[in-house]
Amino acid sequence: MNFIKKFFDKTRPAFSEGGKLHALRSVYEGFESFLLVPNTTSKSGVSIHDAIDSKRIMSIVVIALMPAMLFGMYNIGYQHYAAAGLEGSLMEMFAYGLLALLPKIVVSYAVGLGIEFVVAQYKHEEIQEGYLVTGLIVPLILPINCPLWMMALAIAFAVIFAKEIFGGTGMNIFNVALVARAFLFFSYSGKMTGDEVWVANESILGLGKDLPDTFTCATPLAEVGSGQMSASLNDMVVGLIPGSVGETSVIAIALGAVLLLWTGIASWKTMVSVFVGGGLTAALFHATGSTPIEWYEHLALGGFCFGAVFMATDPVTSARTEGGKYIYGFLIGVIAVLVRVFNPGYPEGMMLAILFMNLFAPLIDYCFVQRNINRRLKRVQR
Amino acid sequence: MITHIKLKKGLDINLKGKAPHSVNVVPVKGVYSMMPDDFYGFKPKPVVKEGDRVMAGDALFVNKELPDLKVVSPVSGTVKAVVRGERRKLLSIDVEANSKQEYKSFATKCETGDEVKQLLLESGLFAFMHQRPYDIVANPNDNPKGIFISLFSKMPLAQDFSFTLKGEEHNLQAGIAALSKIAAVTIGVSPEQEDRINALLPNANIYVFSGPNPAGNVGVHINHVDPVNKGEVVWTLGAEEVLFVGRLITEGKVDMTRTIAIAGAEVKEPTYRKTVIGAPLAALLDGNLLRTEHIRIINGNPLVGTKTDIDGHLSARVTEVTVIPEGDDKDEVLGWMMPRLKDFSTSRSYFSWLQGKRRQYNLDARIKGGERHIIMSGEYDRYLPMDIYGGYLIKAILTGDLDRMEALGIYEVAPEDFAVAEFADSSKLELQRIVREGLDLLRKEE
Repeated sequence: MNFIKKFFDKTRPAFSEGGKLHALRSVYEGFESFLLVPNTTSKSGVSIHDAIDSKRIMSIVVIALMPAMLFGMYNIGYQHYAAAGLEGSLMEMFAYGLLALLPKIVVSYAVGLGIEFVVAQYKHEEIQEGYLVTGLIVPLILPINCPLWMMALAIAFAVIFAKEIFGGTGMNIFNVALVARAFLFFSYSGKMTGDEVWVANESILGLGKDLPDTFTCATPLAEVGSGQMSASLNDMVVGLIPGSVGETSVIAIALGAVLLLWTGIASWKTMVSVFVGGGLTAALFHATGSTPIEWYEHLALGGFCFGAVFMATDPVTSARTEGGKYIYGFLIGVIAVLVRVFNPGYPEGMMLAILFMNLFAPLIDYCFVQRNINRRLKRVQR
Repeated sequence: MITHIKLKKGLDINLKGKAPHSVNVVPVKGVYSMMPDDFYGFKPKPVVKEGDRVMAGDALFVNKELPDLKVVSPVSGTVKAVVRGERRKLLSIDVEANSKQEYKSFATKCETGDEVKQLLLESGLFAFMHQRPYDIVANPNDNPKGIFISLFSKMPLAQDFSFTLKGEEHNLQAGIAALSKIAAVTIGVSPEQEDRINALLPNANIYVFSGPNPAGNVGVHINHVDPVNKGEVVWTLGAEEVLFVGRLITEGKVDMTRTIAIAGAEVKEPTYRKTVIGAPLAALLDGNLLRTEHIRIINGNPLVGTKTDIDGHLSARVTEVTVIPEGDDKDEVLGWMMPRLKDFSTSRSYFSWLQGKRRQYNLDARIKGGERHIIMSGEYDRYLPMDIYGGYLIKAILTGDLDRMEALGIYEVAPEDFAVAEFADSSKLELQRIVREGLDLLRKEE
């Protein structure tokens, strides 16, 4: 692997202060530290360090997202072929989904990382890895028919106004990917909800076929709102239902959840509390007749699982005290079901629930930290 | 009286190159160096000049603000240099040792606490006494609510005090007896030490702390036994430094001999060496290093020690010298993505959790990641066995919010208490430096 080092040694002068390509310094350094572990050693404090770093953490989350992404690709093809009445092999459907989703992922990373590079260059800082996760989550929480330019606009808005102006990854109050989704949801709601956005409607490179403009297909949650739901529990768990790209399969998301919990990157306290809160609330509403579907169907449908596993557990925007995580997660579950059941305008409540609780996470933490402070004060008085 | 306290939080890091229990004596020879930086909070003023002859126990420099506080020469000989750095900052006073050691003698009859304090001040041993809050050299004019002494350390490659204590039991008894006259002494021991220390000090106030590193930190002990509140002062003294006090009482001389652990993966044969503080490291490590390039020699252990080199001298307050690979010659391709089977991590995203607790690791000094904002939550609290929100305290310090630092308990901590958290921190922040800066800031405002 010596040639990588030689390459960087040779090209370094061009990117240093006064070099021809100095304007790309942050990009250069980003790639260098990506390919080669920097051999900077500690100057003060501890002489040894744990091998964990934020690159590792973020890439584990990206790996955890893989099952949901791959299944999402397959489901895009499956839904399209079903809608078009075509017969297709598993590979054909997957290839169709891959071709439909790939441009989104590429554009998402290009826009988001581009902004990150510029900011890092401007602030003379290292590039932060947070967007590696956000950049993959955004295409997975949008309907497949959301136009590329809209997504790019939303990402630019979210990265700049929800993250960079607060100081970058680790300083943001709201989950960046959800801000991007909320931006689209309220600005272009026609492309975000309704019955026309969930199934890819064009043929791509000869795969699939163009669907008529009048084609519609509702998500099971929307069907619940308007009367009768057609999906079986089996479909919901496997995930062969219309919906945002990555959110449909409980099994694929569960695989990611196992990895996140096992590595300790996501907090089990938050994750479990979301399900407990949502399950209890849905059971209550089902018992009182407010919602026609069972509590477990609420948990399996829509973005509930995806939100609970990948977004509620975002360590930056969730509660940071261990006790606070229970309350934070529980209330996310409660509010998500509350919105679903009582607001006819929004069939899906997970996004709003998480964003809302992002706002309240500091307040929850405040209570726990204040208890510690009061304990200390009481000690003095004693 | 014995009380047991079980700690759960923390982390033991099993490093390669632990010193087995064998010791040899390094003869007193060469240049010995006393460095004011080892006595944090000191404003040093030299009281000797080049060419002066000193005995072991004669003052070398005093604290400008409290001239009673002095640091004395560990050896007898001739002052070779008064070394100053930028802006005439006093870096060290070097003494060339005589071949025959002469000790200044002290009258050791102490009945009251004030007499003990006076003796410690005159002999220079008081400079080893530290205080909470601020983790600085104690102020002799304070009335501490207690003196805390930890007889063990769980830091990686640290000295095993139980071994050091062999043959010096009477000095421990004499030292504790003398200190008890100043204030109530609380002794923290490990479960392994319990019976032996209890037999030696039947009347002492003993707390047994079991649990991983930093269970041996005196700050952790204070937090669990009798936390420091605003306006209160607690004094602390290192275990081996109690032996110095004991020797002073029993022999009437200042004998700052330590049994230093020489340990680490880059040491050929890890061992213990009996030497006097300020000793040249070259003599301690003489021919015992595997290589001379790309290594890091640390005054102290790899978590709280300071980086030095082969020309350096033994710091006054350390109990071990460790040598680990520097790692600056390593080029690891895509390391953050690799399994890294040889590396140690607290995260299960690596595989050290599969390899058992007995596996020893050879860690180098690379940071292995860039500095970031605090991303993961509760990371520090897992390694801080105190009733303190570590992450919130660090943030309060970073923002310079004095009231909040106070409210969150900064008076109870020392930088070393954050050492394990700094090791495990995925955001790679220099927590010990941050805590030190916070303490300095508060002290300035006092």
